[in-house]
Amino acid sequence: MPQRTNNGSQFLSALEKSPSGITGLDEISGGGLPKGRTTIVCGGPGCGKTMLGIEFLVRGATEFNEPGVLLAFEETPQEMARNVASLGFDLNGLVERKKLFFEYVYIEPSEIEEAGDYDLEGLFVRLQNAIETVGAKRVLLDTLEALFSGFKNLGVLRAEIRRLFRWLKERGMTTVVTAERGEGTLTRHGLEEYVSDCVILLDHRISEQTSTRRLRVVKYRGTSHGSDEYPFLIDEHGMSVLPITSLELQHAASTERISSGIHDLDDMLEGEGYFRGSSVLVSGTAGSGKTTLATGFTEATCRRGEKCLYIAFEESLGQLSRNMRSVGFDLNPWIKKGLLVHKAWRPSQYGMEMHLLRIHKLIEQVQPKAVIVDPITNLVSGATDKDVHAMLIRLLDFLKMRKITALFTSLTSVGESLEHTNVAISSLIDTWVLLRDIELNGERNRAVYLVKSRGMAHSNQLREFVMGKNGIRLIPAYIGASGVLTGSSRLAQQAKEKADMLVREQEIESKRLELERQRQALQAQIAALQTEFVAKEHQMQRLIDQARLRETVLVADEAAMSQSRGITSGNGRKSKATGGSR
Amino acid sequence: MSSATSKKGQNGSANVIRLRLYVAGQTPKSLAAMSNLKKICDEHLKGRYRIEVIDLVKNPQLAQGDQILAIPTLVKKLPVPVRKIIGDLSNTDRVLVGLDLSDVEKPNGKSEAVRG
Repeated sequence: MPQRTNNGSQFLSALEKSPSGITGLDEISGGGLPKGRTTIVCGGPGCGKTMLGIEFLVRGATEFNEPGVLLAFEETPQEMARNVASLGFDLNGLVERKKLFFEYVYIEPSEIEEAGDYDLEGLFVRLQNAIETVGAKRVLLDTLEALFSGFKNLGVLRAEIRRLFRWLKERGMTTVVTAERGEGTLTRHGLEEYVSDCVILLDHRISEQTSTRRLRVVKYRGTSHGSDEYPFLIDEHGMSVLPITSLELQHAASTERISSGIHDLDDMLEGEGYFRGSSVLVSGTAGSGKTTLATGFTEATCRRGEKCLYIAFEESLGQLSRNMRSVGFDLNPWIKKGLLVHKAWRPSQYGMEMHLLRIHKLIEQVQPKAVIVDPITNLVSGATDKDVHAMLIRLLDFLKMRKITALFTSLTSVGESLEHTNVAISSLIDTWVLLRDIELNGERNRAVYLVKSRGMAHSNQLREFVMGKNGIRLIPAYIGASGVLTGSSRLAQQAKEKADMLVREQEIESKRLELERQRQALQAQIAALQTEFVAKEHQMQRLIDQARLRETVLVADEAAMSQSRGITSGNGRKSKATGGSR
Repeated sequence: MSSATSKKGQNGSANVIRLRLYVAGQTPKSLAAMSNLKKICDEHLKGRYRIEVIDLVKNPQLAQGDQILAIPTLVKKLPVPVRKIIGDLSNTDRVLVGLDLSDVEKPNGKSEAVRG
């Protein structure tokens, strides 16, 4: 039953770590808490010290096969079990399975009278008993400082605490000690003087009426730890630290393309749409059609038979579905089928940390393929750029790990540069669709273009964004002398071009007719000339015939004359006459 | 329970003071506490007390019941209220204050303190 730890060998490898199992903390601390040593977790009231300690024990018992001892000075086992049940930890179950030993230490100063020399051997005996009972590797002392209220002899107390830490170290116990934060010191009673291996500071800060929990590794001997302050959450899955700077980018990138839900937008994205698992930002001024674009994508997702989570901070479901019907999107069937999950809450309801937490929870519940946050700017109002950046990195990373396509809308305030407010997040976004207004000729029209779209030859065009009863069209813009023409200017331009074309057509027709006329005239002329020629030819022929006839007659006359003169023997003459007659 | 102790004065159970002394092995402090306690009881509580000595080294699980941290600890179980006196009991005045014996009459019976 008693499981002795091998004391000596553990100290040779000074940097051995004991994974805490707390999401993110192990990343920051390079593998966990120092094994076989004592870590102080300090902070003000309600900042999550006990939660960190409990999770360390529970994860150790359930995931790393390291049973633990919980020495609680402030809460009874029942209270503690109830408190952490909301985090999904079953302390009673662990106690029953001998994975955890719960030792409740109660000190009532008014009952105690000091009469002479004493030590705290009783505490050691109890701890020893607890450790041996479950073969513990981990110990949580919560909150050791309660001792200071129970005993008046500080000299003895300090000596005993020092001895306790040494004692735990000798037994190779990875120990977490929680301590209240003091004025100007890390702990009220200076416990950090006794423990020098690792000190973690928790903080619970209110800014703009919302609170954010933060964690900082103040000291970690022999380890290059992240030294920043990291926000952390406590939810039903325990504690999770958000180690923004230590996260590695290692999610696999999908080459699958999914439709944006709007045919013309797909057209601008190589005709295929977004990459699955990518992050899309739709930004623009008020009323530029962000929600409509988002709804288009929502509908397309549901149409593919995939689940879509729509998180709205502006419109209730009823309002959204009414509004979207006006542009030809009917969401109700998808809601009935359970493919569309719409959640709306007020952004001011929680701090950023809690928003992130709620989104995480919803994603766990719904298991969607696509997540819409409309608009992300409300979520982050009041927070600094850095906080926003940190939160979004965390959120996007979470989504990308799960190959969930994310579409965020972002409201740009009037008067700000269109791309300004999104500086904090632009680098995290794969495809950025920007909607803008174009005011011209007393009209305000919408235009859309792609600021960027990673990994595809996206269109460089600025298109007009036209919403009608039958959906959305992105019409290639007219480029006129004064820039892009939209709305009625475009219509006017189209009409003008049509008229021009008509005129041109008419001109061509008339030219053609004239040509025909000319041809006919020419042909008539040719015919006349031909008739004339024929007549002349005929006349000439007659003259020729007459001339011939005359000659024949002449020859005949000559012959007749010769005959009458009586010349008979002249052959030549005769023949000559014959030849001539021919 | 554990190390047996004195058994006398059972007749006057209403006035009997039940004491429990927690020690951890035969340390100098424990031994001092035992002898000091015996002396005090003999002087002030003749025959009206019962002492039980519990050695936590032998029975560590008994420490939780009375919430023992300091060693040695003397626990007055009866009469209520429960009081704890920690230390080697060398300060007799404090022990008497801690035992809250003002209401106890002067002794009449025999004393029998026993060490465990």
